[in-house]
Amino acid sequence: MATAYDIAMKQAEPEQDSRAPVVVVEDLRKTFGPRNVLSGINLSVNRGQTLAVLGRSGTGKSVLLRLIIGLETPDSGLIRINGQNVVGLALDRMSEIRKKMGFLFQHAALYDSLTVAGNVAFPLEHHRRGMSKSERGDRVEQLLAEVGMEGNSEKMPSDISGGMQKRVGLARALALEPEILLLDEPTAGLDPISSGEINDLILKLQHERQMASIVVTHDMHSASTIANSLALLDQGNVVIEGTFEDLQESGIGFVKEFLKKS
Amino acid sequence: MSDRGVIAVEGFNPPIPERRFEPLPSVAGSVAGLINGLFEWFGNLGIFSWQVFKAAVTPPYEWRELIRQLDEVGSKSFPLVALAGAAIGVVISLEARYSLTRFGAKSMFPATLVYSVIQVMGPIITGLVVCGRVGAGIGAELASMKVSEQIDAIEASAINPYRLLAATRILACILMLPLLTLAADASGLLTGWFAQSLVEPLSFHQFIASGFKGATFDAFLPQTFKTAVYGLIIGLIACFQGMRTQGGAEGVGRAATNSVVLGSLFLILADVVLVKFILVVFP
Repeated sequence: MATAYDIAMKQAEPEQDSRAPVVVVEDLRKTFGPRNVLSGINLSVNRGQTLAVLGRSGTGKSVLLRLIIGLETPDSGLIRINGQNVVGLALDRMSEIRKKMGFLFQHAALYDSLTVAGNVAFPLEHHRRGMSKSERGDRVEQLLAEVGMEGNSEKMPSDISGGMQKRVGLARALALEPEILLLDEPTAGLDPISSGEINDLILKLQHERQMASIVVTHDMHSASTIANSLALLDQGNVVIEGTFEDLQESGIGFVKEFLKKS
Repeated sequence: MSDRGVIAVEGFNPPIPERRFEPLPSVAGSVAGLINGLFEWFGNLGIFSWQVFKAAVTPPYEWRELIRQLDEVGSKSFPLVALAGAAIGVVISLEARYSLTRFGAKSMFPATLVYSVIQVMGPIITGLVVCGRVGAGIGAELASMKVSEQIDAIEASAINPYRLLAATRILACILMLPLLTLAADASGLLTGWFAQSLVEPLSFHQFIASGFKGATFDAFLPQTFKTAVYGLIIGLIACFQGMRTQGGAEGVGRAATNSVVLGSLFLILADVVLVKFILVVFP
């Protein structure tokens, strides 16, 4: 049964237009002490679209993802999720928004005291309380099969490779069937074969689930494989946003240099 | 040797860097910085406490995690607390017998042991032992989760980490400290009596009857239940230190150390206030 809080949250949600962008970032600014990390970023992502955010290390790509999911607070600017501005929301209200988002951390951030299955089951245990244990077990097995990790459910995170940890992290991010998927360096630190497998997996999930995705990476090959559009960041600004072809045809010096060295 | 303290080697004269001295910060500046840091720490602790309180009193409640923490704080601390209580019982027994015999008040031995263990030593020893074991454990565990982004992952999964991690641990400390204190008291009385009876036979029944003669609940219950406040201090400071950690393995070590050091310090300071409060309320 829906609680008064659920009803209030439902009513507070703006009407959703299926063509409207799912994630909109407007004039987003963030500094850490004297360091200006983001200086007025504007981006939007539609349902079914994958946006790759590229840039050199330390240009604020991961900070952008952390701001979108509310792990950091911007100095100014707006972040709209399905039309609702989430900047400054209280923790419990933000949690309601986060249920629609999946986040894959750069180093997977698996809970080291839980098994692989325990990690994937974790969001379900907290947000699908009506689900029976066997239903939850089936759902975990299904998610693990989806990311190619069947048969590993009882292993501990320390017993599996970095690529496998990312797969488990991805299964955990998908557990609540999110509308928005945020991926922080999904192929960083992986060998070319594992990177290719992760890219194929992300493409497959995008095709099946039609989520709005933002992928932060400095791997140009991965970005051009999985993303519909790309945004290149430099010194806290979006230098260019467009398709891979747009970037290749750009006459901007930094874009040319970035593509050449990628 | 040259006039600048460097051994001169013929034919080899490396450039000697000029010594530069940074100006020392003024005493007033250092004191101001210290006071500023202190206010900032207490301010952040206040904000953290409010977040935990809000999370603790609003659903959903994390019963399963609370039960796990009750076991972690309670059952797993029991042997250590009982052992510490036993040692204290023997020490007080030896000291009290010697002093009381000197002043010809040997008959006061059972009451002296009972009051010393239950009113003074049992609570504080339990608090310090739990602070060492549980405070360090919580501080290190949460700090390790923080630096490996596991706490961020909990938050990103739409779960309130203050509710799941902090409220459960703090509540477990609050609930378990009085029970562990009772265990330490019982253990201390038992070994105190045993140490005494080795020198001078005294039945346990006689010892208890004489020790608790004329005692009221007011004399013992507040002293035992004040340890719930110790639990609050231990849990709150360890969770606070753990969840605000920054900077890899060094940060984890610092969080564990600070949890124990600050926890013990605040626990002893709180004891001063609590003893006075109990004396005023239960004269």
